[in-house]
Amino acid sequence: MTELLITGARPYGEGDPVDVLVADGVIAEIGERGALRAPSSAEVLDAAGQVLLPGLVDLHTHLREPGREDTETIESGSRAAALGGYTAVFAMANTDPVADNALVTGHVLRRGREAGLVDVHPVGAVTVGLAGERLAEMGTMATGEAGVRIFSDDGKCVADPLLMRRALEYSTSLGVVIAQHAEEPRLTGGAQAHEGERASRLGYVGWPASAEESIVARDCVLARHAGARLHVCHVSTTGTVDVLSWAKGLGVDVSAEVTPHHLLLTDERLETYDPVNKVNPPLRAEPDIERLRQALADGVLDCVATDHAPHAEQDKSCEWDAARPGMLGLQTALSIVADTMVRTGLLDWRGVARVMSERPAEIAGLSDQGRPLAEGEPANLVLVDPDAEWTVRGAELASIAGNTPYDGMRLPAVVTATLLRGRLTAREGKID
Amino acid sequence: MRDLLTTDGLGHDEATAILDTADELKRTLLGREVRKLPTLRGRTVITMFYENSTRTRVSFEIAGKWMSADVINVSAGGSSVGKGESLRDTALTLSAAGADCVIVRHPASGAPHRLSGWLAETRTSVVNAGDGMHEHPTQALLDAATLRERLGSIEGRRIAIVGDVLHSRVARSNVHLLATLGAEVVLVAPPTLLPHGVEQWPVTTAYDLDSQLPGIDAVMMLRVQAERMRGGFFPSAREYSIAYGLNEKRLAMLPDHAVVLHPGPMLRGMEIASPVADSPRAAITEQVSNGVHVRMAVLYHLLAGEEL
Amino acid sequence: MAPPRGAAAPAERELLSAGDVARTIARMAHQVIEKTALDGPADRSEGAHDVGSADDAGPPLPPVLLGIPTRGTPLAHRLAARIEEFSGVAVPAGALDVTLYRDDLRRKPTRPLEETDVPAGGIDDRIVILVDDVLFSGRTVRSALDALSDHGRPRAVQLAALVDRGHRELPIRADYVGKNVPTSRTEEVSVLLAETDGRDAVLIRGQ
Repeated sequence: MTELLITGARPYGEGDPVDVLVADGVIAEIGERGALRAPSSAEVLDAAGQVLLPGLVDLHTHLREPGREDTETIESGSRAAALGGYTAVFAMANTDPVADNALVTGHVLRRGREAGLVDVHPVGAVTVGLAGERLAEMGTMATGEAGVRIFSDDGKCVADPLLMRRALEYSTSLGVVIAQHAEEPRLTGGAQAHEGERASRLGYVGWPASAEESIVARDCVLARHAGARLHVCHVSTTGTVDVLSWAKGLGVDVSAEVTPHHLLLTDERLETYDPVNKVNPPLRAEPDIERLRQALADGVLDCVATDHAPHAEQDKSCEWDAARPGMLGLQTALSIVADTMVRTGLLDWRGVARVMSERPAEIAGLSDQGRPLAEGEPANLVLVDPDAEWTVRGAELASIAGNTPYDGMRLPAVVTATLLRGRLTAREGKID
Repeated sequence: MRDLLTTDGLGHDEATAILDTADELKRTLLGREVRKLPTLRGRTVITMFYENSTRTRVSFEIAGKWMSADVINVSAGGSSVGKGESLRDTALTLSAAGADCVIVRHPASGAPHRLSGWLAETRTSVVNAGDGMHEHPTQALLDAATLRERLGSIEGRRIAIVGDVLHSRVARSNVHLLATLGAEVVLVAPPTLLPHGVEQWPVTTAYDLDSQLPGIDAVMMLRVQAERMRGGFFPSAREYSIAYGLNEKRLAMLPDHAVVLHPGPMLRGMEIASPVADSPRAAITEQVSNGVHVRMAVLYHLLAGEEL
Repeated sequence: MAPPRGAAAPAERELLSAGDVARTIARMAHQVIEKTALDGPADRSEGAHDVGSADDAGPPLPPVLLGIPTRGTPLAHRLAARIEEFSGVAVPAGALDVTLYRDDLRRKPTRPLEETDVPAGGIDDRIVILVDDVLFSGRTVRSALDALSDHGRPRAVQLAALVDRGHRELPIRADYVGKNVPTSRTEEVSVLLAETDGRDAVLIRGQ
């Protein structure tokens, strides 16, 4: 069996550096520097005091396969994930064909296993064809090969309250979670950008915060009555944080994610009309990002999810209204969190492990991810150099598409190694 | 000046220079039999309209022709997506074919900004002839030219912009330009037709038109598009007309010197009563003729100087 | 003491003083009167050039002076005043901006337009005298001839220049010259007028 000795790593960035021996896919031993006896065949990874975290888990990724393999494949997306420090990702259902049946979810699972760089878990659609009309075969997908744990029509909102009620009720029998893309479509007809002074001045049709908040409030109430679990995708507004606080206070079983871009970027980006900044929900205003950061630190927002959304050049190199919404995120997420949460003192690295690994794994019900850094636990790990910086270049990212809004930006924290069940998947910016 | 994309950020001196040039062009051409200047001989101007607008396109075309530019009209039916060719490819093609200036009307806000970015490495200038709900800078300039002519000056004047401000690129361009030129602007509209965040604009707002009229030097009536009525922005055309239509009774409430402007096309009987539109107080036909001179001035400032 | 090498301030010399400018304009006025026969019979007095009635088959109309902005314009007005003073005939004066007709627009930053002011009687069938401060390449005058043809059809066009500094690039010559100044191409001749510059003078600078 392959063995790997990580020397001089600091678990959660705390305490003195230790050595970690990985064998048979688990953490075999943790000991003081130089204290561990590793077989001579063991590979040695000098961590040089870097931060060791459980492998990251992304509840919200668009891998575009099947359907848009010109922008991303499960293989290329897996590389991006491994390079970004992820050991598990959830692939959203809005593919072509839609992952609304066990055939497609099984296919996605198998393609992920073939790539072998990250655990790819398919998300199942809530409704057939994401059409919002009738429930997809959630039970078959949940009990099938892929064992689907999360259902979402992401990209579209399950807007019909009756359908959402039924989905929540039905999910309770399967032990799965419904992840809602909260957007009241009647309030966002033609919407292009955060409804605010900038959009008004620049002539974008506004996407009002209330369109998100009203659905989150409604769904929290529906989840409470159904006794169901609800997950809220990409929270973007101050008001949604208020609603979530209120619902959690009432004991509603609701969790929520925030994207790195909503923690960093604002609608100031609208000034350029460059659709690389177009995303749904839209980039919000400065008070929103302040509140989202605080809520992530406080736990009102449970976790960070990338909403990694590759798009072809021609779908971004056009007028804003014609562009597709979404931006790359897998390889930049950890750095954005380091920038917005760690540098600001809102989270320490243990906190980062919580919001990027442990909580997402709990929400998705993954038993082998987001585990403590302890002997006997699965060796899904990421090593981070917290002091290094790097410059983002869209063309150099592993995704086939290059639509990153961070192009040219200098970001803190570099992923130096990722381990999936004890095997190095990425090392020093390269797929191992 | 390389492009004219907005009046937002257009400086006082720059705007005044364009208006002065327009005045001088108007004087130069007044009463002439041959309205043709050789200034832009050999320059190629292409109008690219992704939305129908006969009046604006014709105004630009006349402006170019009176300056002796070669004017070519590209009518782009439907969106670039519908046509199959991207806006970027169309722009690069026209530039490579020799366009010195592309005048673009587009339903997407910011499309002229995108064009300007794609053409930054070329010698092609971009003029925004109206983009989505964003701006229509030459309309604001021609309105300012008309106000200067009628009122003598703009500084310190109080100007009401009435109607569908929310969707109006004319209103946005006028707000910026009039503020730059020192006017006080009041936006009068029902709450549903005022933009979000308008409190951060250099304007005041009012819901009630009648109370504003006595102190106004000029009133700009905006067109209310029929499709807005279906969206439920106000209960009915009748109720809108009663509350915000400029009728003869309201005309009488304005000071004697006050001017009535409308960017056209007008919906007579809706936002403006026919006798008001035809009254000597209305400067609507002057707006149209000033439009040609202002657009000549814009082309002059973009194309007559040395290449940037 | 010799000026520092390579940093010699261009020497500036006065070609005409304020008094010279006044005398020169007066002399040019006399030349115009002579050449356009304004010193003829007394009935060509004020008002005789009024073209109010088209069927008036009276004597030829007095010339129209059109200054080329910026400094040609006040020169034209001064010249007209002198002509009236000496001949008793009121001569209309105005301005003709040639910017829109220039052939060198693309070589310089965008220029603001200057005033064009064609006197009410127009220029058809009259002698037009273009007035400029300095005659150099002749290109401005060429532009002025084009501009003029868009305003009407004069009987004849003449040219008056306060200074002719030579170096013509076109077959153009002045009918009235205040002062001929041999120059090199690199020298700069500037006319100052009280109306635009606060004082009257003609200066030459550089070598």
